[in-house]
Amino acid sequence: MSEGTPIIQIRGLSKTFVTDHEIMALRNIDLDVQKGDIFGIIGMSGAGKSTLLRCIALLETPTSGTIEIEGRDISTLRGRDLIALRKQIGVIFQGYHLLMQRTVRRNIAFPLELEHKSKEEIARRTDELLEIVGLSDKANAYPSQLSGGQKQRVAIARALASNPKIILCDEPTSALDSVTTKSILQLLTDINRNLGVSVMIITHEIGVVRAICNKVAVINDGLFVEQGEMPGIFQKPTNAVTRLLLGLGEEDE
Amino acid sequence: MGDFAKYIPEFLTGTQETLYMVLVSAMFAYLVGLPLGVWVTITDRDGLRPNRAINSVLSVIINVGRSVPFIILIVALIPLTRFLVGTSIGPTAAIVALSVAAAPFVARMVETSLKEIDLGMIEAARTMGATDWQIIFRVMLPESVPSLIRGLSITIITLVGYSAMAGAVGGGGLGFIAISYGYNRFKDDVMLVTVILMIAIVSAIQLLFELVAKAVDKKNR
Repeated sequence: MSEGTPIIQIRGLSKTFVTDHEIMALRNIDLDVQKGDIFGIIGMSGAGKSTLLRCIALLETPTSGTIEIEGRDISTLRGRDLIALRKQIGVIFQGYHLLMQRTVRRNIAFPLELEHKSKEEIARRTDELLEIVGLSDKANAYPSQLSGGQKQRVAIARALASNPKIILCDEPTSALDSVTTKSILQLLTDINRNLGVSVMIITHEIGVVRAICNKVAVINDGLFVEQGEMPGIFQKPTNAVTRLLLGLGEEDE
Repeated sequence: MGDFAKYIPEFLTGTQETLYMVLVSAMFAYLVGLPLGVWVTITDRDGLRPNRAINSVLSVIINVGRSVPFIILIVALIPLTRFLVGTSIGPTAAIVALSVAAAPFVARMVETSLKEIDLGMIEAARTMGATDWQIIFRVMLPESVPSLIRGLSITIITLVGYSAMAGAVGGGGLGFIAISYGYNRFKDDVMLVTVILMIAIVSAIQLLFELVAKAVDKKNR
């Protein structure tokens, strides 16, 4: 695959939280996500992976370093440019974060309403998205009437509404059972293949990375300890953290 | 008992006046209290636009407004009431003090409702490129509607109680009847009927609003 300008290019990213003492959540992270990648970021809780996603999603401001989306440094963006950029990045969360007082259809329509699209266009696009995530029969249901997997499908449809270049997924399947996890991962793979949307998945489950990622970075204590292509990187793991995540104890040599 | 029947017209006017005072002052209280409640919520530490200075000032205004005993407020506001209504006596005059008393109360009720919203929902809207205004009008307020309706019911019920106090000092309504007939003229049965009428009004409001809140709430059902 030819590698042009990366969708996401991160250089020297650090993030420090100052509370009563300083916490270095991210230290000097370098990362390239190419078009078409399904990039996994795996680490244990507290490793800094959610902070990394929040920085890319523009929910946190980096302490130092640069994040470029298709060659544009996002830290310099303000106002309209910032909002335009946000529409190019879809985000889905472990907790779905759907609007509980809106139907499935109107949840998916939400980002389109923000852009003041016409009623006809919104109807056409939401029909399309409902079809993609397989929820056409639930269009008029409310989120409280859906299962976890269905809610995540709605969140995925909503994230796709503005035709993003990349979808960031924060532990998208961690609240779901194994069968539902499989179907959500399959959906993300289909979206990646059919719509050409790059995917970045934050997870603590090695199974998720094995199932769909073509690249992976292992994060521990705010540092990338290993980074490479799947499945090669997991075949002869040398790093202690990687071995731990793979379920290979440090003691069994 | 025959004596009691001749007060029926008074009871009718009294009930009407009470409802009039309560509903109109609730409207004015929300006109001020709703934006104030939104403002104090978004300027809070984890709000949309944190601003410690504005938040503190608003909070002090709200707290002072809520601390002044209502009976003192009525008297203190007499000049303002005269200026706005032309008199300080009667139901319309009472609306001034009732509105001023209820506005800070409403602001806190609205703030409580808005803070029930999952912050993740607001962050999700942000990632979709929503502006602060869009988050307020398309996420925070619509998602809080059931809770706001319950708050409205508490506000109205509180105003029924306040209106009785206003009635005691010349504001009209059921409170006025209770004091002038029931208390000053020792008519216990009149007093009893006014109290029963107040209970009926409060219960009806409570029941009605709870039904409406349940009907519109798509989250907890």
